[in-house]
This record gives sequence, C-alpha cells and structure tokens, in this order.
Amino acid sequence: MSSPGELKLSGWEVGETRKLPGMDVKKIGKDLYEIFIGPQHPGSGHMRIIVRLDGDVMVEVDPDLGYVHRTMEKLAEGRSFIKVIPLVERMAILDACNITLPYVEAVEKLMDIEPPERAKYLRVLLCEINRIASHLYGMGIFGVFLGHSTMYMWPFGDREVFVELAERLTGARLTHSYPVPGGVRRDVPEGFTDDLRKAVRYMRKRLEEYRKIFLDNPVIRARLEGVGVIPRNLAIELGIVGPNLRASGVEYDVRMVEPYEAYGELDFEVPVFEEGDALARAWVRVEEIKQSLRILEQVADKLDKMPREGFMHDKFWAKAPKLYKDVYSREGRVKLMPLFANLKVPAGKAFARAEAGRGEIVYYVESEGKFTPYRVRVVSPSFRNAIVFKYIAPGHRLMDLPAIYGSIDYFPPEADR
Amino acid sequence: MSLDAVRSRAEEALRGVYTGVEEGKGFVAFRVPAERVVEAAEALKSAGFDHVKSVTAVDRPKEGVIEVTYHVSSYSDPELARGIVGITVSLPRDNPRMPSLSRIWVSAEFQEREVFEFFGVVFEGHPDLRPILLIPPLAEKHPLRKDFIVKEEQVYKGGITKLEQPP
Repeated sequence: MSSPGELKLSGWEVGETRKLPGMDVKKIGKDLYEIFIGPQHPGSGHMRIIVRLDGDVMVEVDPDLGYVHRTMEKLAEGRSFIKVIPLVERMAILDACNITLPYVEAVEKLMDIEPPERAKYLRVLLCEINRIASHLYGMGIFGVFLGHSTMYMWPFGDREVFVELAERLTGARLTHSYPVPGGVRRDVPEGFTDDLRKAVRYMRKRLEEYRKIFLDNPVIRARLEGVGVIPRNLAIELGIVGPNLRASGVEYDVRMVEPYEAYGELDFEVPVFEEGDALARAWVRVEEIKQSLRILEQVADKLDKMPREGFMHDKFWAKAPKLYKDVYSREGRVKLMPLFANLKVPAGKAFARAEAGRGEIVYYVESEGKFTPYRVRVVSPSFRNAIVFKYIAPGHRLMDLPAIYGSIDYFPPEADR
Repeated sequence: MSLDAVRSRAEEALRGVYTGVEEGKGFVAFRVPAERVVEAAEALKSAGFDHVKSVTAVDRPKEGVIEVTYHVSSYSDPELARGIVGITVSLPRDNPRMPSLSRIWVSAEFQEREVFEFFGVVFEGHPDLRPILLIPPLAEKHPLRKDFIVKEEQVYKGGITKLEQPP
C-alpha cells in the first residue's frame, strides 16, 4: 500500500490497494476496481459504501451500514416507558417530534387514552416545524454533495429560524422529548403564534430564491435530471418511503392514508412527482415545505382561537400534585409530571406509524403490564431507503453517486438506530 | 370501518393457510405454519399487499420460540394502505430456520439480514444473508435475544466501591 499523498498512478498491480483522497481503491482486475468510500464522507453521519467499478461505471454497490448503531431496541427493553422517548429520539435529533410520536401513540393505544384536542394541535405544530427543519437540513447536505456551497449555507441558516421556534416551544433546540403519553410537555409561550406567522412569510420568500439559485440552475439540473431514476413499480417493490416514494409517482403519505393527531382536520396536499429522478426528489421536498407552511398557518389560527387549557389528558392531570398545578397556573409552564416515573402500561401489542421528515416510521411496542416494555421494534425511514444504493446506483457513473446519495436524503444515525 | 375491509381481504387471501388470528392494536396478525409461509406471502402479495413495513422478531424464552412477524401493507392500493396486516411464524429457539420471503418482497431483504444477526434466525434462500448493522463477533451473540444481558452504566451509591446495578 502506498502512503497517502504520494499518488503514483503507473505500475498499479492487480490486487494492490491504494489510498486516494477520501477512499481506498483496490484493483481487482484490468480496469476493475473495488472502492471503499467512507465511513467519513461529505454527508451527514458515518456510513461506508463499497462500490465495484468497471472503468467508471458502478456495477455493484453494497451499502455498509452500522457505523452509528446504538442497539436502541435492546436498550429500550431495560428502560421505563417514558425513558424510551429520549432514547429513540437520538436517531434523528433534528426530527425529534416526528421520530418519537409513533412510539408515544403506540403506548397510548396500549393504555387506551387519547390526548386532548389542544395537545393534538401542539403535536402537529412541532411535527411540521421539525419537517421543515429536516428538509432544509437534507437540502443543505445535498448542496455539500454537489459542491454547491450556497445551497449548503442558505438552508442551514434558514433552518435556524425553525430550530429557534422549536426551542421557544419546548426549551430544547433539537432533542425536544415533546410528546409524552397523554399529551405534550407544555403549552406555547406568549406571542409564539405571531412569530410563527412571521417565520412562515419569511420561508415562503426564501423558497422562491432556492428555486432560482439551485433547482432551476442549469448546472445543477444537468447533474440531477435523469439521474437515479426510480420507476413507480420499482419504488413500490423496494418499499422505499417518504419524499423518495412520492417523487416516483406513488401517492402515499401516512398523514393522508391514516390521519393521526389533528391532520384529519387540516387542509393540505401531498405533492407527487412522476419523474422519479434526483431532481424530482429535490422538488418534492420544496413543495412539502410549502404545504407544511400552510399547515403551520392553520395551526396558529386554531391555537389562538382555542382556550389555553388541556395540553395533558384529564386522567393524568387529575393525578398531578397541588404544587404542580399551582406552579402551572402561576408560571404557565411545568416540568414533566412525576407520575410518569413509574408508568405501568397494560399488556398488549401495538403498531403505530407516522410520516417523519424522511418518510414513514413504524413502531411495534409490546408490553407485559410492567414498568418496562417487553419489546420495542422501530423501522426508520432511512433504513428502508438504504436499499436504493444496492438496486438503483449500479449502472450509473461513480460521479453520480453523490447526487443519488444526496437526493435520497439518507441519514445514517437514523438508519442504524 | 375501512380496517375491517383490509382484514377481510387478507383473510380471504390466506383462507386455509392460517391457523389463528391475533388482534393487536393497530394491526391484525395471522398465524401461519413455517412450511406454508411462502404460500401465505405469495397469496398476500397477489392480493395487493406489495411491501413489508417491518420484519418484527420477538424472543419468547418461556415458550422456547422466536416469533417472526412480517408487517405488510400496500402502496398501490389506497384501500389496503389504511391497514397493517401481519403474518406470524413461530420458530424453535434452538434452531430457528424459515424460508426467506425477500424473493417475494424485496423490501424485506435488509430487514431479514437484521433479524438474522440480532436473533440468529436463518432465512433459507436469502440472496445475501450476512450481518448488516453489527460486526461479525457481536452478531454471533444475537443481542436481541432475551438471554443477552446488557451491562448498563452502574449507579453510584456513595462510599468508595459501592456500585449497584439499577433496578
């Protein structure tokens, strides 16, 4: 093996491995190479892709996952039900509400309780703030992959607006742990909805600028159009999720097919594109941000009209100590209710799903009637999207791999769990 | 209710194959003998259940079995998309083997690899059965089985060497 920095390109023997910038390359035959890209690469999180090349055409792509695996399913079995929430939200901290919501819903199904109306709207509020932040993050990483540094800077800057809103709502920029069984942790602060409307107006304007500089940019379009095309039937067969699925002409969004929380009462559309290429996947995200902004406006109006009470299920609220209620009536905010420390969940099996930023996330929760769950199974959107590398990338040139990777918004910590 | 329609269509497809029905919250699972699981999967696929959402395995040491459930649903049929249907197979814990379903549902391919490393279930006929998330020495221990005990961080109880496992 030659040392890095010293790139002698002549006299490369078959079977010899060389270090090239960012990758290890092994020559496996005349004009045949095996390339190990990663685990460190420009994307977000660690993941290795093993590519076999004929010239510069990929013939075999093997995604090598697990570099950020944390055995969440096993750790959840030793924790009380409430402590599983901060555990699983580490999958995708920027999308924390969407990621933990189906777990909370599954526990609620087992306990046979439903959150009050206001709590449902508060959950939708944070879910949509998270979705916008998640899409902006994904687009920023996409910009990095394509070497378009403006598209990296802008969405990351604009994402700060929504991270700030989430912080004012929940007290934490990223890992919010906001939805809990029976409701949410706290209500909106004073003047929040006005700032929310301001953010919506700002973001609408920015999306138009994104279109001009990125999506309609001839250089970007040349790299994305017709690249990584996933035809409709193949998208269904591979079971991919989220914006990637909808870019291939499949109209499937959990918010529509099985409306959870307050989504059944809100007016929004599900953007669907037919092309199935990398450009369509970028467009779906932009269109989805527009729909999320629409939802946020409706939620802001609704929250203003509703009386400011009942963010927690009556059954739990009745059990709260007097001091706790006094603090709430005086300061308008409270810590997590003490009864959650030893929450017993009735025995049973529940399955719940939600539409997270990157796609559908499903949870299977089994309880034996004890303080800890017997089994928690979670399948995250990125894990289901990882199969795209294996079946879609071969046949493309190596230089298309960053475009494909960026366009499916693959997020290793979420996939590895 | 729309969920009843999903259920009855699955029941129709699996008639004569399933041996029991299990009502979960948010899904309905049909119990199928391991030797007829391919038949059941083909029937469900042709009935419109076109993708696997989760390959869920649960270890039950008291009964000496590992239960594998394929939670499936549909993208192409909006009516079926509203419900989740499972087919459950019980496998002996000492030698869990079953035919792979990833030839029928490609979407199960990576998840079967995951169940293989975490539970030791061997999927016969899988195109590429090797660990996906874990390193091989750890995958051999099958960490999600109940007899694999996680040594969690210990709780400091005061004194010099008094460390106790959390309850």
